[in-house]
This record gives sequence, structure tokens and C-alpha cells, in this order.
Amino acid sequence: MSWAGKLLRVNLTNGEITSEMLNEQWKNDYLGARGLASKYLSEEIDPACDPLSPENKMIMATGPLTGTMAATGGRYVVVTKGPLTNCIACSNSGGFIGAEMKNAGWDMVIFEGKSPTPVYLYIENDQVELIAADDIWGTSVWHTDEWLHNKHQDPLLRIAAVGRTAENGCFYAGIVNDLHRAAGRSGVGTVMASKNLKAVAIRGTLGVGNLADPEGFMKAVNEGKAALAENPVTGQGLPAYGTQVLMNVINEIGALPTNNMKDVQFDGAHAISGEAMHEPRKSDGRPNLTTNAACFGCTIACGRISTIDQGHFSVENKSQYWGNSGGLEYEAAWALGADNGVDDLDALTYVNFVCNEEGFDPITFGATVAAAMEMYEDGDLTIEQTGGIAFNFGSAEALTKGAEWVAAGEGFGKDLALGSKRLCEKYGRPELSMTVKGQEFPAYDPRGIQGIGLNYATSNRGACHVRGYTVASEVLGIPEKTDPLTAEGKPGLVKAFQDATGAVDSAGLCLFTTFAWSLDNIAPQIEAACGGGWTAERLAETGERIWNLERDFNLKAGITSADDTLPERLRKEAAKTGPAKGIVSKVEEMMPEYYELRGWDSDGVPTDETRSRLGLKD
Amino acid sequence: MEKALVINPDKCTGCLQCELACSYENEGVFNPSKSRIKVFTFHQEGRFVPYTCTQCSDAWCQQACPVDAITLNLLTGAKEVNENTCVGCKVCTISCPFGTINYNQNTGKVIKCDLCGGDPKCVSACPTQAITYIDANQTGMEKMRQWATETDNSPSNSAANV
Amino acid sequence: MHYMIVGAGPSGVIACETIRKMDKNAKISLISGQCEPPYSRMAIPYFLEEKIAEKGTYLRHDENYFSDQNIGIVSQAVTQVDSSNDNVILANGEVLSYDKLLLATGATAISPPIAGIDLNNVHNCWTLEDARNIAAKAVPGSSVVLMGAGFIGCIILQSLLKRGVKLTVVEMGVRMVPRMMDDVAGALLKSWCESKGVTIMTSQQVTSINAVNEGLIVDLKDANSLNADLVICATGVKSNIDFLENSGINIDQGIVVNEFLQTNINNIYASGDVAQGLDFSDQSQHVQAIQPTAVEHGRIAAINMVNNNCCIHRGSVNMNILDTMGLISTSFGQWMGVPDGEQSILLDKDNYLYINLQFDGDYLVGVSSLGHTQNIGVVRGLIRGKVKLGVWKKRLMNNPNRLMEAYLASSLSQA
Repeated sequence: MSWAGKLLRVNLTNGEITSEMLNEQWKNDYLGARGLASKYLSEEIDPACDPLSPENKMIMATGPLTGTMAATGGRYVVVTKGPLTNCIACSNSGGFIGAEMKNAGWDMVIFEGKSPTPVYLYIENDQVELIAADDIWGTSVWHTDEWLHNKHQDPLLRIAAVGRTAENGCFYAGIVNDLHRAAGRSGVGTVMASKNLKAVAIRGTLGVGNLADPEGFMKAVNEGKAALAENPVTGQGLPAYGTQVLMNVINEIGALPTNNMKDVQFDGAHAISGEAMHEPRKSDGRPNLTTNAACFGCTIACGRISTIDQGHFSVENKSQYWGNSGGLEYEAAWALGADNGVDDLDALTYVNFVCNEEGFDPITFGATVAAAMEMYEDGDLTIEQTGGIAFNFGSAEALTKGAEWVAAGEGFGKDLALGSKRLCEKYGRPELSMTVKGQEFPAYDPRGIQGIGLNYATSNRGACHVRGYTVASEVLGIPEKTDPLTAEGKPGLVKAFQDATGAVDSAGLCLFTTFAWSLDNIAPQIEAACGGGWTAERLAETGERIWNLERDFNLKAGITSADDTLPERLRKEAAKTGPAKGIVSKVEEMMPEYYELRGWDSDGVPTDETRSRLGLKD
Repeated sequence: MEKALVINPDKCTGCLQCELACSYENEGVFNPSKSRIKVFTFHQEGRFVPYTCTQCSDAWCQQACPVDAITLNLLTGAKEVNENTCVGCKVCTISCPFGTINYNQNTGKVIKCDLCGGDPKCVSACPTQAITYIDANQTGMEKMRQWATETDNSPSNSAANV
Repeated sequence: MHYMIVGAGPSGVIACETIRKMDKNAKISLISGQCEPPYSRMAIPYFLEEKIAEKGTYLRHDENYFSDQNIGIVSQAVTQVDSSNDNVILANGEVLSYDKLLLATGATAISPPIAGIDLNNVHNCWTLEDARNIAAKAVPGSSVVLMGAGFIGCIILQSLLKRGVKLTVVEMGVRMVPRMMDDVAGALLKSWCESKGVTIMTSQQVTSINAVNEGLIVDLKDANSLNADLVICATGVKSNIDFLENSGINIDQGIVVNEFLQTNINNIYASGDVAQGLDFSDQSQHVQAIQPTAVEHGRIAAINMVNNNCCIHRGSVNMNILDTMGLISTSFGQWMGVPDGEQSILLDKDNYLYINLQFDGDYLVGVSSLGHTQNIGVVRGLIRGKVKLGVWKKRLMNNPNRLMEAYLASSLSQA
């Protein structure tokens, strides 16, 4: 219950669209969204396949709480084999389209094959069709959104689309929904475009119900909402500053990767912080931030709605960027700002807009520019190769031009569209790519926050903070404070965070609830919605099962324990300033204990005992 | 004391909890498309505006209804649609200059806000107090109503006091 | 004070109620030419569809409603108004006097002057009596010819189809609902009807109807003919003003009224389908014959009767909403546009979606649509409120679907 109980299977090769009942056993084992879609993907494709071939599939999935009144119950995920990492990719997004899919009566949509010509999928409840997308192929997400709204004459149509970057084969293109929310990481948009699928447009009017215990559900939901309101992070910090509340905090503790992770503190941190977004600009007296905004059903509302100073060089004579749109979140502000040494808030906001407009991941893009800047300063790239613009750290011009080139798929943008791993390999400096399994780091330096480094190294989708956000404990003291500089106890902490996150991601909830909620707050909501005995313990076990399922996929895809590590810089070059001065990442020290806690052998392979305990196939 | 819904768009984050609560109360499912309160998004301006019936005293919908299916709840001041009487002719939907009474294709009847009988669920669901239910005399609702009367040449806009 | 209201349609009933609210002690008489309690024409299609019983069409449902309001009902047609003596004369010869009189006698369906229009199985579709006849004769398998694809014709299509008849519609105009929609929408409506199995003939005319055996033969202008068991005539209506000849009251297409809905005789007012009231859009005087206008008239006339012309009628926006077998269309104001006006149009033929906005400078003056129902009332708000659109004009030109946003943004800034 609470699941719609149905999935859509869309064969893009022959245009066939079929409806299937959701697999009962799998939904009990994997809950929904990330877990359930990963199970379907694992069962249906060869993990060794080429992620951009028709053999790969792409699944858009909701969780049982998606579309309900549970706070933040609007999440959806995209699960596929990612081109950036060649690993399983699960990219998670808020906004409104997830709830709309559920409201249209579908838990998930599985896309297979490849359409001979560009198409988009239109879903209006059980009326589903593939429609020619020739008119919007080669256009931006924003244009596609407007075009589809006009075509269907429906302002409430919810749309997820890929931009030109995905079509051009940029390895880190995302799928943008509701104009500025995105399943942004690992190149899931690139997969979508490789299938000639431009967009998914959904209108659902059936309603989400079928609750196991309606009264219990509303009670659990209201208790959950109250807990979010009372918590200082979810009740005050995030609404006021968004995730950008972290910029100054992380800089203070010396864990703000700067200049391609050469440094751990950034002099310009304040200028690009959440606090700065509230300060009036000199030119027009308006702050960068207009308001905070919520995704579907979210009572936190961390989203940023911002404007760019109309006098800023990046938007001169470009009125399409003068209005409000999705503003900077912490990861983007870091990747575009600190990691490139750029402290120009308007430039970062502009690039963030362009990322949404053309559908590419600002984290990977920013980190790739950072690697390019280091290579440029080291002389590995010439000014001719970088399009006539000096790619020095701190250059807002290089950053903004780079974004425009990637968006258009031209010039040096073609190189930047490779992501840092392929770019650095191409120019002979592979060690300068700050990645794990090909995916760039987010905004926390593993030297200053030890646990997050272990999480990066083991994350199944490559370096990622939202697979096990130990920053909560190591920095914010949630649920309890641990010392960020020590490796001790971190393997257990990482595993616990990773497993819990698997459950949250599979429920259809936002990870940010976990600043205030533990699985003890979440279990009653899932149990009242779904029935069948969902406890905190079972959720943690479900998360663990999902983690091992993803690991299994990656092993079959060719990943080995050698990939469970961090770049040499983080292991060998000590932090130069701040509380972590003189410290390197102790990831190698932590790994054996992590494998053991996971029930994996020394090669990082789940043991038979682990498999049987979790009910995984051999 | 009669109470009224008061909406402060400045506080709205666009989360749609009000729509979820409204549809759950009235339809038994979470279904924003059937909510009597709607949040409109002004993307360009970065603004969210929750909007529903003001229970205006002139009640265009009520007057236009040819079969007397819309009646006044004397306790709450709400204009309520009697589902059994409504024939689904939709005349009220074009008469209401606010656009807050809508046709529901599934039932073949119209739907509008009825203040949940005096305990509006959108109010308790709103996490930011953008929607409150307070003493009608203190509200800015009167302003909305006045504006409403100017949109149409209402008799009550004149000296007559009906 | 004795207020007399002639005609028990929506306009007359609203007038009675308005007077009663304003004056608890006044004597109010409601003269009804029909034998049923006051009922609504708008509800007739749903009666035909058997969605409601006859009682479901009544304007007020409580059996004692009118007596509780102390409104006296007289069930007699008025045959003459003697304005010089403040009297009306009833069909039974009785003479009643009034202090103030409201004429809300409505309109009657007209029949084209063709041979056979008086035959037994040829009916209008206007009164409850007509509906009873149609209900009895439109039986499964029978052939029905509907003359006229205007508002009334379209609105009863669904109920006829549900009765299992074979249906042919003959419309004289070049398209369906010619007075409500443009060519594009009319054509879409036609193909919608055809997809539901209804035969639609436009630019066609019935020239005569002949009885043959049990059935009817309907001759058409193009020399073809149709067999029918029942012919329904929905070719238009005209105001009920015949009884006013020699009354001294100025009449034209309907009763001529001023801005107070007052006739040329001081203590006589007119409202609803019989009144040639002011049209908001072009400020001309004509009979709109629509429910919202009838109600608006009734209220304003009543107030002016009680409070001595204190309330000016600035005109009613002509508007319609029509449900043609599930395809909902609307039209408002000057949907056909104005000279030098601008328009913003979206059309999706495959999905029967259409929206057409007409602007005069910075103002919205007309709208027609197919398949749009949500928040549609704001069109009235925007037109009637003369809401200056400002930046929203351009936005609506780009995307006419942003009406609600335009309305909210403009109204909030003007509130």
C-alpha cells in the first residue's frame, strides 16, 4: 500500500508502452525509489554494458511516501548505469515531478532501448504516449519546459528534461525537472539523451492514497513536521541560508577544498556564503537571494531563489537571466567558487543558472574547471587550448566562458565536458583529477573531515556526500558529535550513515530530514503508509541490502577494491592551514575495518554469509 | 465571531502542504489537482501565492447558481456547494470573478472552499503561517472583497446596503 | 409598498429575494405564467439526461420557500399591462394593481416559418413541458433531427445521445455555436461531435417537415431529406414582449431600459432575457439571454425599485460555458476581437485544446476556449475589472495559459 503498485515500461526502440504490476517481493525487500529501481536495473541489464548503448536502461522511480503529505515526500530518483563512473548511478531530485508521477498512478517508469528519432514521453494518468521531439531537440531545458507547457496548454504539467549538454554527450549532464531541480550527478542525463529521449512531461490527477493506517499516518506526519520545525538546522538554518549555511562553517574547520584541493581554506569564502546572499549588492541594493522555496510537501524549504545583478558582466544584454531562478546551493557554490578560487557571487549564480538551463552538474563542472586551471597554471594547457582565455585560479571569466562553451558544446567546452578524469588523462596529468571512480568530490575535504573521505572512497556512485553524510556528525554533532580529524570509529559511522541513507532515499523522502529525524521518526510514517512491519531496524537492514546490491552491480561492472580510494593528493599532501594543518586523509587505514563491518572480504566482495543474511543472490 | 482565511504570500514557500491537506480532507487522497486552495508560482518574481475563495459577501457563484445548490453556512460564513443539488452546469465557474469555484470532471459537480466546517485543514498544514484563520474584522480580506466588487458592478458597491 | 414581479425565472426570483432582504414589510407578488414552481432552464439538459428528477430543476427547493419569505405567487400569465392605471391584467381576466412593477418575463423559443413546424413530433427545447415531450419521444433507436447547433442545441446533445438515439444536427450557420465561437473552435467542436457518432450538417437548412406514416421526413435546402421520429427545434429565442403592445412601454428587440434597468415608465423596470440591457463590452443595448446577466439584472433592478435608482448598471459581460458531450467550451466578452486589437492563441487540434485571448491595448476584452475549466472565472474578473495588464500583457501574448497568474499579479497589486 501507498505504492501505486504499477510501473510503466517504455521500449524506446519500438515505441511499445506497457504497464506492469510492481514486484511484491522486491518492494518489500527494497522499499521503493533508489532501492527498488536498483533492484530492477540489476535484474534487467548486464552491469558490464556500455552505459550509452541501447542495452543500458534508465529508471525514474518514486518511493512509497512520494506524493503523500509526509514532509519532503516529493523525491524521485533516476537509476541507470552512469557514463561518468561506469558504475550504478542513482541521482535523486526534489521539485514536483516525482509526486506528479505518483499522482498519475505510477511508481516508476523504465526506459529501455533507444528511440530512432527524438521523442518525449507524455503521461496523463493512464494515457501515455511517446511524441516527436524534433522541435525541441537541440534546445535548452528551459526552452523545452516552456514549449511543452504551451503545447499541452497546461500550466500544471510537470516536466523533466535534458539540455543541449546531454545531447552533446557531456559526461555529467543531468536531468532537470521543474526548471531548477535536478537529478544532477553521474551523467544520468547523458544516458537519457543517448536514448533520444528529450523530456518526460507528467500530469497526474488520480490522487495518492491507499494508506494502510490513515489516522496513524497523519499523526506520524504531523509529529515529523513538528520535529523538523523545532530542529535548529531544519527549522531555522536551512530555511534562512539553505545548504549555503555551511560555507563559513566548513571554511572555519579547514575542510573547504580550494583551488582543486590544493588548499583547505578559501579567503573568499564569506563572499560566496549563504550570509552574503542576504547582503544588499552595491550596484542595485538588492540581495542575491529573493526567497527560499520548497519542493513538493517540504516543510523545510531550503531552496534558493535568486537573481543576478543585471549589471554583472556575465548577463550584460542577456535579459533571460535577469529574473529569478534557482540559486546557489552549497555544493555548487563551492565547486564553482572555492574550488576555482572565484569569489564572485554573481558569476557563480550565473553559471548555476546556465547549469540548470542546459542541464549539467555544477559540482563536476566546477571541479573540472579547477583541474583545468591547475593544468593551465602548470603549463599543461596553453591559452590556445583554453579558447584564448587565461584559465588562472580566481578567474570568473574563465569560469563563465567555460560554462557557456560546455552548454553550447563548442571549443574548449568539448574538453571540459569530459569531466576531470578524462580531461586530466587527455593532457597527461591524471593525478590532478579529484575524483573517485571518475566522479568529482563535493565540498568537504577528506583531510579535515576524515569520515567523509571514507564515504567518498566507498560510495557506489563515485565520490558523493549524500551517500553517507557523516558531516552531520563530524561537524554539526547530529545525532552526536564525533571528532572530524580522527579516523577512529569512522568506519562504523560511515556504514551507519550509508545504510540509513539508503532507506531514506528509497522511501521518497529528502535526506535533509535526517538532520532532525532518525529512522525512528521515519519508520512510523512508512509503516502507517505501507503496513507490513516497517521498523527502524528493518529500514537500516533495507539500506544495507541496497548498499550491497549496488556494490554487487559495480563489481560485475568491473570495479575492484583498488577503486575504493582517494586521489594521492589527499592521502599524501597534508592540509596547509586550519585545524587539519599537517593532516592527510587516513582512508587506507580505515578501509579494512570498513570492509569487515560491511561483511566483505579483503577484496571488497560481500561474503556468502553477508549475502545470505541480506537475501542477495550469488 | 466570524473568522476568515488570511493569506500572506510573503510567507509562502510553495510547498503545497495546504493543497495536500485540502485534497485529503475533501477527497480522501493526496491530490493537489483537486485542492480547493491553489498555490500559484511566479517564477520570474520568485513568489508563491496561495489562493482560494474569500467567501465574498456578494457570492457571485451563489447568485448565479440556477438550482440553489450553493448556500451560506451561517456558522462559518462559508458558501457551500451541496453536491446532491448541483447539476454541474458550471455557470458559477464563469460567474466567480476570482476563479475560485471549479468544475471537477470526475464527479460532474463543482468544488470550492467550504472552510472545512470551521477548521480549515490548509491552515493547520501550513508550516510557515502563510495561511491563517482569524477574526474576520482584522483581516485584509475586506480589501480583497472590495477589489472584488470593483471587478464587477455589484449592487453593494453602491449606496444600497443589502 | 406593493412590488409586483412578472416572470418566475432566475431574474424574477432573485429580484423578489433582494427586495425582501431590503424591505421586510413590503408586499411582494410573483406572477408566473407556468404551472410548475419556479424552475431553471439551465438544469433541463440534466433532467433530460435523467441525472436529476424534475424537482432538481427548481430554483428553490424548500416547498414553503416562497410563502416563508412572504412572497405571494400568482400562477397566471399576464396578458396586458395598463401602465397608466398601475394595473396588470391576467389571463383569467383578473386585474391586479402594483406600486412598482418588474417585468422579467424571459424569452420564448422561436420556430422558423417552415411547413410542418407545428407537427406533433416537432418540439422546441425550452420549457420543462418541452423536456417532458422530448424525454417521452427520444427513445433508444429512434432517429432525431436537431435543428440548430447553438448553445441550447449543443447542451442537450449529451442527454440525447445517452438516450440512445441516432442524432443528426442541422445548423444554418457555417459552424457550430456561431455566436459563441470562431471558425477554429466551431470546427473542432464539430469533429468532436462527429467522433462521438453525431452527424453534423453546417450551412444547411431544414426547408419543410412532412408527416409520413408514423414518422417524419425532413427536407433540406440541398434537396436531400432525412427520416426522423422526432425533430427538436433549437434555432433561437426571442424576448416575451408581445403582451406589452399598447402598454406605453418602449420596446425594441426587448424592453428598452436605462442604466437603472428602468423602462420609460417610472415605476416599471425590466430584467433578464426580456430586457435590452447594457452590454459591458461594447456598451450597446441588447438582449443577452444568459443566466448570469438575468441574475445581475434582477438584483440591480430590485435595488433600484426599493432605493430609488441608487445603483447604476454598467453593463454585463456576455459569457457562456458549454459542455458538449464532455468537451467544455467557454466564451467571454468580445471573443471575436476588436478593431486594431491583438490576440494570443494556442491550438492543439489532436487534443481538442484551444485558447484565444483578445486584447484591446492593455486590456483583456474577450476569451474563447475549448478544454479549459480551471480558474476560468478570472476571465470575467479581468474583463469586467478592466484590469490593466502591464507586463502581463506581453506574457499573455507569449503564453495565453498564464491567465490566472496575470489575474493574481494584477489584482494583488491593485488590491
